[in-house]
Amino acid sequence: MTAQVLSVRDLAVRIGRREIVRDVSVAVEQEQTLGIVGESGSGKSMTVLAATGLLDAPGAEVSGSSILAGDQELVGASARTLRRVHGGRIGFVFQDPGTSLNPLLTVERQITESLETHKHQTRRQARARALELLEAVGLPEPENRLRSYPHQLSGGQRQRVMVAIALACDPELLIADEPTTALDVTTQAQIIALIRDLQRDFGTAVVWISHDLGVIGEVADTVTVLRSGVVVEQATVDEIFDQPREAYTRELLGARPVLGGAGPPAPPSDSPVLLDVEGLDIRFPVSTPTGKSVVHAVKDLSFRIHRGATLGLVGESGSGKSTVASALTGLVAPESGSAALSGTDVLNVPGAQQKTVRQRISLVMQDPFASLNPRMPVGASIAEPLIVHRLATDRTARETRVGELLDSVGLSAAFASRYPHELSGGQRQRVNIARALAVQPELLILDEATASLDVSVQARVLDLLLELQRDLGLTYLFIGHDLAVIERVSHDVLVLRAGECVEYRPAAELFAAPEHEYTRALLAAVPPDRMART
Amino acid sequence: MTEQGLAEEQRTRAWRLLAGNPVTVLSALVLVAVVVIALTASWITPYGVNDVDVPQALRPPSGAHWMGTDELGRDVLSRVLIAVQASMKVAVISVVFAAVVGVTLGVLAGYRGGWLDTVVMRIVDVMFAFPVLLLALAIVAVLGPGLTTTILAIGIVYVPIFARVARASTLSVRVEPYVAMSRTMGTGSGYILTRHILPNITGPLIVQTSLSLAFAILSEAALSFLGLGLQPPQPSLGRMIFDSQGFVTLAWWMAVFPGLAIFVIVLACNLLGDGLRDVLDPKQRTMIEARRRR
Repeated sequence: MTAQVLSVRDLAVRIGRREIVRDVSVAVEQEQTLGIVGESGSGKSMTVLAATGLLDAPGAEVSGSSILAGDQELVGASARTLRRVHGGRIGFVFQDPGTSLNPLLTVERQITESLETHKHQTRRQARARALELLEAVGLPEPENRLRSYPHQLSGGQRQRVMVAIALACDPELLIADEPTTALDVTTQAQIIALIRDLQRDFGTAVVWISHDLGVIGEVADTVTVLRSGVVVEQATVDEIFDQPREAYTRELLGARPVLGGAGPPAPPSDSPVLLDVEGLDIRFPVSTPTGKSVVHAVKDLSFRIHRGATLGLVGESGSGKSTVASALTGLVAPESGSAALSGTDVLNVPGAQQKTVRQRISLVMQDPFASLNPRMPVGASIAEPLIVHRLATDRTARETRVGELLDSVGLSAAFASRYPHELSGGQRQRVNIARALAVQPELLILDEATASLDVSVQARVLDLLLELQRDLGLTYLFIGHDLAVIERVSHDVLVLRAGECVEYRPAAELFAAPEHEYTRALLAAVPPDRMART
Repeated sequence: MTEQGLAEEQRTRAWRLLAGNPVTVLSALVLVAVVVIALTASWITPYGVNDVDVPQALRPPSGAHWMGTDELGRDVLSRVLIAVQASMKVAVISVVFAAVVGVTLGVLAGYRGGWLDTVVMRIVDVMFAFPVLLLALAIVAVLGPGLTTTILAIGIVYVPIFARVARASTLSVRVEPYVAMSRTMGTGSGYILTRHILPNITGPLIVQTSLSLAFAILSEAALSFLGLGLQPPQPSLGRMIFDSQGFVTLAWWMAVFPGLAIFVIVLACNLLGDGLRDVLDPKQRTMIEARRRR
């Protein structure tokens, strides 16, 4: 029972002169799950790709050994051998179910492909097996789903199909590389449960890669913590969570936002209402091959934010939360409703007043890299609102102000001359925040502003946001999907589902006693905090 | 690997690829030489372009006349040098004209969308439907042949290509989050177009420029060959080939050297364009690196 399915020894990957992965040794046994956890750039995907012979980076050299089921060396194996192993003995599930499936083939073809190649099954046999697999992964109406194309499925359904493909040939080993990262929490919980059930039924060994310690804590039996391509700590999951030996592991655990933590300090009690949104309704016309239809993105939404307070707007993907931000910043025109910023209408702004209104509301978006012009030094990006709003007309005044802004987000003025690609993800998001602060906005909209950051960086950016709120009396509309993060920063929380308000209450009350079933489901789907449990 | 390291590496990789491709380097050197020749042609010609010396007519290449002489005893080398100068002048000015007009139209159409996009792009479609040379011929026929007309004709013919390339790139850049961010700040269109859109669409435009230069030189030669381009006594490569027709069996050098000049310049432009496309397009870049490893 305890045969090692994959045994990796002294694995190293170098590209040119740089060593990306160094001396990694891991092993996984039958029916066991090995969790590999690390922040972005820690080499976790690289390690697993190299160990399974899938690494296709230009100029990469792999050394060490990686043995499948005690008999098959994978490092340096011929393309022919690897073709036999991939899909047949090792199944893969990757992060993005949207791009991992071929958009031009039906689900049936994609599942049966490997069955026909590896198991030499006939069309009919393969089809029967595909049907069985779709039932096993819990897709509704598997008969119809076989004939579907990927775009007709939701993200969660696609990932189920990916799992079905990975398991089609009864592999000994399943590689799951961030399989739930692109999914909503409720879907994530389902996929985790699904893989666990299948593992129990088929006895597959699983290597699960994730940046999320919560997920790893739920799925893994043993955990390997990676940092900059080096193993920091290897232990059983209980040891990692209960008695982490290394400082870095403790730091990762500490930085992770967990439910039940402290909220933000209370805002001044008598502060007036800053933003008053009434009956906001947004529809988008969309053209489909069958004609035009309308997506009702936001339905009759009303909320208020007091000056100096934070409203957390939480919902799963497609709930319309970003659309609210787009409406408030003038990127989309709402169908009806009103939004007043201290009495000024911000939805239907006459051309002449555009600038004054835009100056009062700033936005920080999710992707810190994409929201900065790659051809501009970050100083010029921060100066853009200053130029547009004529806040600092001469060059020296602008440079001074950019320096101050950088300083306020904890970066030195020397950063002004750097380009976005020269900064880390956290530094880029600080630059975005600095740019948003340049106009001294009354309302700052943070649209998933910390979602793409590593946990330790996210923790620091959240601290920065709370600090800025305290010092400058800023008002935030914080849009997010991570309930723990929302709890950390929000005074009030609004739960959005399919464009409709599900629950809107003070944060403390909502997290203590969620009233609506959907809120409870969201909270239940968050991976439990193992430390709190023991 | 950090993203920062990655991006830095991408840049050095681009340069290494460019420098590591001998064909690209060679074609760049050839073009530099051609430009130098074009700029200094008036001083380095051994004979006057129109110095007729009938007793020396139709002499093969020799120490005195490296490329021989034509039917009127004019030095072919001198005429080729001056013709290259004229060709480059026509090509560069017309491509710059096409780029300025085409990019302006394309960027505006792509950024504004709506009726402007529809109108501009339909006009471009119509222009595309005409064979390039036929369109140029029509323009020359209306305006009468000459240097300015040639430049204008070739320039107009290449406007649609630049408009399409610029529009397509603009469409993809305009939906980038940094452009949306800029709009939420209340930034005007002028600032967005010049600071955010234009700098981010230069890659494909540079490639298009170098490829268009090659076609412009060919077009000029073709127009002159047909007698609708540069007019005598101004020497031009196309005209020289036309004039050599009656003497092909007697004096091969009259056709071969101007032809060779066209061939070398066009080939260098094309190869440089290909090289630039390879390094400026990340997808191509990875493929080439993979190919080279094999």
